[in-house]
Amino acid sequence: MRLYLQKNHYGDYGDGHAGGLEQDAHQDPQKQWPLWEVFMRSKQGLDHKHAGSLHAVDATMALENARDVYTRRKEGVSIWVVESKHIHASDPNAAAEFFEPANDKIYRHPSFYDLPDSLKHM
Amino acid sequence: MDQTANQLQDQFQQRIDLEQKIEPRDWMPEKYRQTLIRQISQHAHSEIIGMLPEGNWITRAPSLKRKAILLAKVQDEAGHGLYLYSAAETLGISRDEMYEQLHSGKAKYSSIFNYPTLSWADMGAIGWLVDGAAILNQVPLCRTSFGPYARAMVRVCKEESFHQRQGFECLLQLSRGSEVQRQMCQDAINRWWWPSLMMFGPKDDESPNSKLSMQWKIKRFSNDELRQKFVDMIAEQIKLLNMVLPDPDLTWNEQTKHYDYGAINWEEFKQVIQGNGPCNKERLEARKKAWTNGDWVREAATVHAAKQAKRKSEAQTFSAKETQ
Ligand SMILES: [Fe+2]
Ligand SMILES: [Fe+2]
Repeated sequence: MRLYLQKNHYGDYGDGHAGGLEQDAHQDPQKQWPLWEVFMRSKQGLDHKHAGSLHAVDATMALENARDVYTRRKEGVSIWVVESKHIHASDPNAAAEFFEPANDKIYRHPSFYDLPDSLKHM
Repeated sequence: MDQTANQLQDQFQQRIDLEQKIEPRDWMPEKYRQTLIRQISQHAHSEIIGMLPEGNWITRAPSLKRKAILLAKVQDEAGHGLYLYSAAETLGISRDEMYEQLHSGKAKYSSIFNYPTLSWADMGAIGWLVDGAAILNQVPLCRTSFGPYARAMVRVCKEESFHQRQGFECLLQLSRGSEVQRQMCQDAINRWWWPSLMMFGPKDDESPNSKLSMQWKIKRFSNDELRQKFVDMIAEQIKLLNMVLPDPDLTWNEQTKHYDYGAINWEEFKQVIQGNGPCNKERLEARKKAWTNGDWVREAATVHAAKQAKRKSEAQTFSAKETQ
């Protein structure tokens, strides 16, 4: 049984190889266009959010294709594309240790402090 | 090692039971991965092949308005294909591999698209019945356990509702038209009704993979449950069209509070799945032709991109020299 995925297939998770299994492509590698991640600002003033991914030959095509598939109903006012292989990601298998430092610091939350009800505007 | 494998398996199921999503790099049983690859890629193929029966009528739409609507719908289906292919790719299969499976006939797609579109009314019937059935299948998939699939389905479902509405509106207009138009409408309903019912897949007791898919929350309702929901919905909606469903056994059952319906011709379903439907060959040929005919476009794009990149790097070297 395969315990962990050794290859990273998805740009969302980046690190090294581009998505779409470039390495073991049995077709002409020339024809495998790289995978891009698409991030979209849905409205002026909001941040860009991951919308999905697509294959494109270069950044220009990635932007145009992203516009065509992800903003047909005015879902976006700005698009970022980044080639998936350039994204670095934390390891889900190490998530417990990685995020552990935040677990025991409840005093970082305002609700930790028990204050009298008569205290206003705080 | 086996100990760990069992532990991982248990943790995996626990996460699913807690309604936590599974993401591509999380541990998952190999069977879960394979089941999803098969299901998502089949779904993607269906969206892509599904463009063909409707694409058939784009140039013959009866008005500019109808043409624009149909074009927009078919474009949406291409987008759905992309969302789903991307989701499948996160599981470690490449786009090219999936295309190869489709083109070689190894992969399946929804049997419904192997029926011909004989009249304009078919565009209405497809939107109303076929997209209607698809929506019932797809809405629960927005909560499916695999994250990328669920997210793709949320996007798809947002876009689908216009598909069904434009279909019904198209039929509504025909149903209020001339005698010939009314006949066309009824004829389209007659031809698309039974194949639409088959879209929900085999009967529950003949659907062997369902149990595991339910346990993994890939699937949330059984085929028969969804089919019944569809029948109940359509049996009511058709009254607004003043048309009838081609099923003499269709009756409201006061006890179950559902419509009873007649027997589905599963032999026909089997034949279509096995490649012997009226349009299987035609669809696959059209798809392969589109792909091969696009060869030079993809090649040109690649060459053009390389040229642009070279120019850009030359310009950069040049301006670097200038400033020295
Ligand atoms: Fe669709
Ligand atoms: Fe649709």
